[in-house]
Amino acid sequence: MNGPVSRHPGDARAEILERLRAALADRPPVPDVPRAYRRAPEHGVDVVALFASQVADYRATVHRTDPGGVARVISDVLEARGARRVVVPAGMPDAWLRDARVERLTDDPPLASATLDGADAVVTGCALAIAETGTIVLDGGPGQGRRALSLVPDVHLCVVEAGRIVGTVPEAIAALRPVRPLTWISGPSATSDIELNRVEGVHGPRTLHVVIVEETPGA
Amino acid sequence: MRVALFVACYNDLLYPQVGRAVVRLLRRLGQPVEFPPGQTCCGQMHFNTGYREACVPLVQGFVRVFAGYDAVVTPSSSCASMVRHYHATVAREAADAGTDPSLPARVAEVAPRVYELSEFLVDVLGVTDVGARFPHTVAFHPTCHSRRLLGVGDRPERLLAAVDGLTLVDMPHAETCCGFGGTFAVKNADTSVAMGLDKVADVLASGAEVLTASDTSCLMHIGGLLSRRGAPVRVMHMAEILAGPEDGG
Amino acid sequence: MTAPDRELQPLAPQPLAPPEPGARGRAGRPFEPIPTYAGTPPFPRAARAALADTRLRANLQRATATIRAKRARAVAERDDWEALRLAGAAIKNEVLHDLPALLVQLERAVTDAGGTVHWARDAAEANAIVTRIVREHGATEVVKVKSMATEEIELNEALAEAGIAAWETDLAELIVQLGHDLPSHILVPAIHRNRAEIREIFRREMALAGRPAPDDLSDEPRELAEAARLHLREKFLRARVAVSGANFAIAETGTIAVVESEGNGRMCLTLPEVLITVMGIEKLLPRWQDLEVFLQLLPRSATAERMNPYTSMWTGVTPGDGPQAFHLVLLDNGRSDVLSDPVGRQALRCIRCSACLNVCPVYERVGGRAYGSVYPGPIGAILTPQLRGIVRHPVDAQTASLPYASSLCGACFEVCPVRIDIPGVLVHLRAQVVRQHPMGPHVPEPDELVLGVASWVMERPRRLSIAERAAGLAGRVVARRGGRIGALRGPWPVSAWFGERDLPAPARESFRAWWRRVGRGGAGSTPSGQERSRQGRAPEDAP
Repeated sequence: MNGPVSRHPGDARAEILERLRAALADRPPVPDVPRAYRRAPEHGVDVVALFASQVADYRATVHRTDPGGVARVISDVLEARGARRVVVPAGMPDAWLRDARVERLTDDPPLASATLDGADAVVTGCALAIAETGTIVLDGGPGQGRRALSLVPDVHLCVVEAGRIVGTVPEAIAALRPVRPLTWISGPSATSDIELNRVEGVHGPRTLHVVIVEETPGA
Repeated sequence: MRVALFVACYNDLLYPQVGRAVVRLLRRLGQPVEFPPGQTCCGQMHFNTGYREACVPLVQGFVRVFAGYDAVVTPSSSCASMVRHYHATVAREAADAGTDPSLPARVAEVAPRVYELSEFLVDVLGVTDVGARFPHTVAFHPTCHSRRLLGVGDRPERLLAAVDGLTLVDMPHAETCCGFGGTFAVKNADTSVAMGLDKVADVLASGAEVLTASDTSCLMHIGGLLSRRGAPVRVMHMAEILAGPEDGG
Repeated sequence: MTAPDRELQPLAPQPLAPPEPGARGRAGRPFEPIPTYAGTPPFPRAARAALADTRLRANLQRATATIRAKRARAVAERDDWEALRLAGAAIKNEVLHDLPALLVQLERAVTDAGGTVHWARDAAEANAIVTRIVREHGATEVVKVKSMATEEIELNEALAEAGIAAWETDLAELIVQLGHDLPSHILVPAIHRNRAEIREIFRREMALAGRPAPDDLSDEPRELAEAARLHLREKFLRARVAVSGANFAIAETGTIAVVESEGNGRMCLTLPEVLITVMGIEKLLPRWQDLEVFLQLLPRSATAERMNPYTSMWTGVTPGDGPQAFHLVLLDNGRSDVLSDPVGRQALRCIRCSACLNVCPVYERVGGRAYGSVYPGPIGAILTPQLRGIVRHPVDAQTASLPYASSLCGACFEVCPVRIDIPGVLVHLRAQVVRQHPMGPHVPEPDELVLGVASWVMERPRRLSIAERAAGLAGRVVARRGGRIGALRGPWPVSAWFGERDLPAPARESFRAWWRRVGRGGAGSTPSGQERSRQGRAPEDAP
């Protein structure tokens, strides 16, 4: 498939577009897209419970609490992990880290990659979450920071307010616009490259804690 | 209902007992069947190997011989899938080339009336219990063309399950191709044999006395491997089981 | 112990002391030569060699059986799977049928968002563009996210010639690169390696390319993954330029999506200053909304997950977040040829999930390298010949053998998330191979000869009848007791069949002869006594 060096130096763009128009000389019709797939969750599904179980299925640790309990859960997790230096993105509610006795690394001025690499954990919020797939989506909004912050530290603690959980992938796509970079996260970093067996923990955070916050926490 | 038998060329030559079994079975069920002697080959081997032009006279012959029948029944799901799926392709190319402009219309007339045996029994005659007795353990190989191209579903298993005395045993990896593949068997003989030997291992693991299918071609390949290894498993086309022994039993 | 010469050489120049472009290394070679698929024999011969490798077969069988079962479970979870497939196929058809306009739309959206778009007619042009961008930024190394497009154009080799080290960061690609090996699977390029082999490669090679593997490295997958994490982290943290492929590009918004598992993609897409994405022109989706289909189809088909661990999406350049220079290289390299074939063009719907490889009984037994292309398996068998221009000109014998590398069992179509009729395209390409025989008198291929005789016979029932009688006589000459023909020597195809398989002798009385004799009467359906004994005993008759 290695073609020779282009024999016709001219304008690659014009030539490719011309080739493509010639290739479509038979004028195949542009079809309508049938979208008979499901857009909403199945009837009667508790999206918060489904999200919690799907996230747990991909080896993230799930915590469910009410708004008053977030700070306690976060400080307990950080303490249990022995985290001392914790990355805190701009715009995160102060109350979340109220109880944590850690050194806070803020990104203003931007933290060097090496500093991020030396951090023990990062705490973020999220833009939304998807129940059916156990996915959290970060869009760089308040409490999330630029992408590197939630990537380089080895422990990621993500707070998901129940109202941000949608049921399905189509609902998530409809709610998102890609004006800012998006990162979809479904469980901790993993690979299936050795004998096609899934192993957690390669380059991204090897530990993912998801804290679901709701007025009346479920089991 | 005028019903024709399309026996398939390799059954005609190598496995005439399969054709005889279809005749015996249909007559027992009260369905007369004719064998139009002008029939030869569906053209699948040529088509699947890339010799499209050579298919044109075969498709022309097929529609000529089988025009006017209400149904054409064949004990080869592979040939049935060739007729139902690809005769139209051959015909369209012949029409585009100007050799036979009306061939597509003639194919559209005949092809939909071609049934693999289990489809004919279940869908046209409406029977699943054909009144056969076969007191043996049987493994069923769901051939790729019957399952994936024709979509016969579980019709063959339903027919076999209704046979008195027959024990249908599970075979591991039943849905995996046996490796025959028409000219693949000789153009890629090593790979074909490797696939076939894995199938042989699955057949032996099933513990069945008899291996059956709706395609003699796959059975020819698996049976040839079994026979070379002296394995005590007999291969029989499904029609032979459903029809019962030849001396009228 | 004397190590082979190859083991003394690093895979690529030490990044701290990069050679000048085109400079020669210590041993007089620019770099360790990167293996290529060139010289792969036609499929039947390549397959024979692969089939003889029992370890390869065991590795493949275990891995494909695992992923097949998992995929089936992941797909069964969705009651709307078929609706998703239909939508996926239609969206991709829309892309192909409206490709020129959609590419122009994508170009404008990417440019408006601060990116730069380049167009490459072929591999050499794409490689030259990437090399120039890397040099302009004064870099001598790049980190790479796994990308089929850059495999296809052999970018690493081109960069090495320019004195630029390309570090593969996907675990399987790392295994392949460190093992001086060739990928054998689209999604899991090191599928042919088991854990023990991977441990050996890491222990031997990591030290030569950067941070060594731990002395006490075991073959536990978890430990192997940890070794890769440590080995690559220093490269991620210092790299200034990254090269990626793209799973999807949204024409409407200019958004690029990369789907991955390990986080190496996020590292490459986030930490460096410059990002270069090379994508085939068919990887487009028209609308942002279309991702809702493909982000359901791809993970379940590829790694059998509800969702892969990480998906990154970006649109041009975002101030203060990630690379501040973004280059998108749109690659033709034969795709416009594929598009010109109304039957074959559906191969361009492919989203590189690998589900067809994992279910293919041929792939499972011979592995990926027998296909002699970065695109192996069923999709490779239809894509490679088309990318190599089969629609325009005759192809070499290896390429021409690929459409025949299938038993046409149809398992690939069954699992394809965009419903590519791979068996249908295979037989279509076989017809192209046949048509490309030189016109006029030539020495016929054996199969041409055999099928030619067969079609002459089959054209007339009378000829068939005579042939059947002749075959019946001939068969009985070579048949053993019990009416079977055993091991038989002869020219192809006799040798090919009878090497391992018996065949029943042609019947003394063909079906048509029987019908003529007694069948049409409808009275007896019993053949002659001789005929019965030829068939052997039915179980009915068993003592």
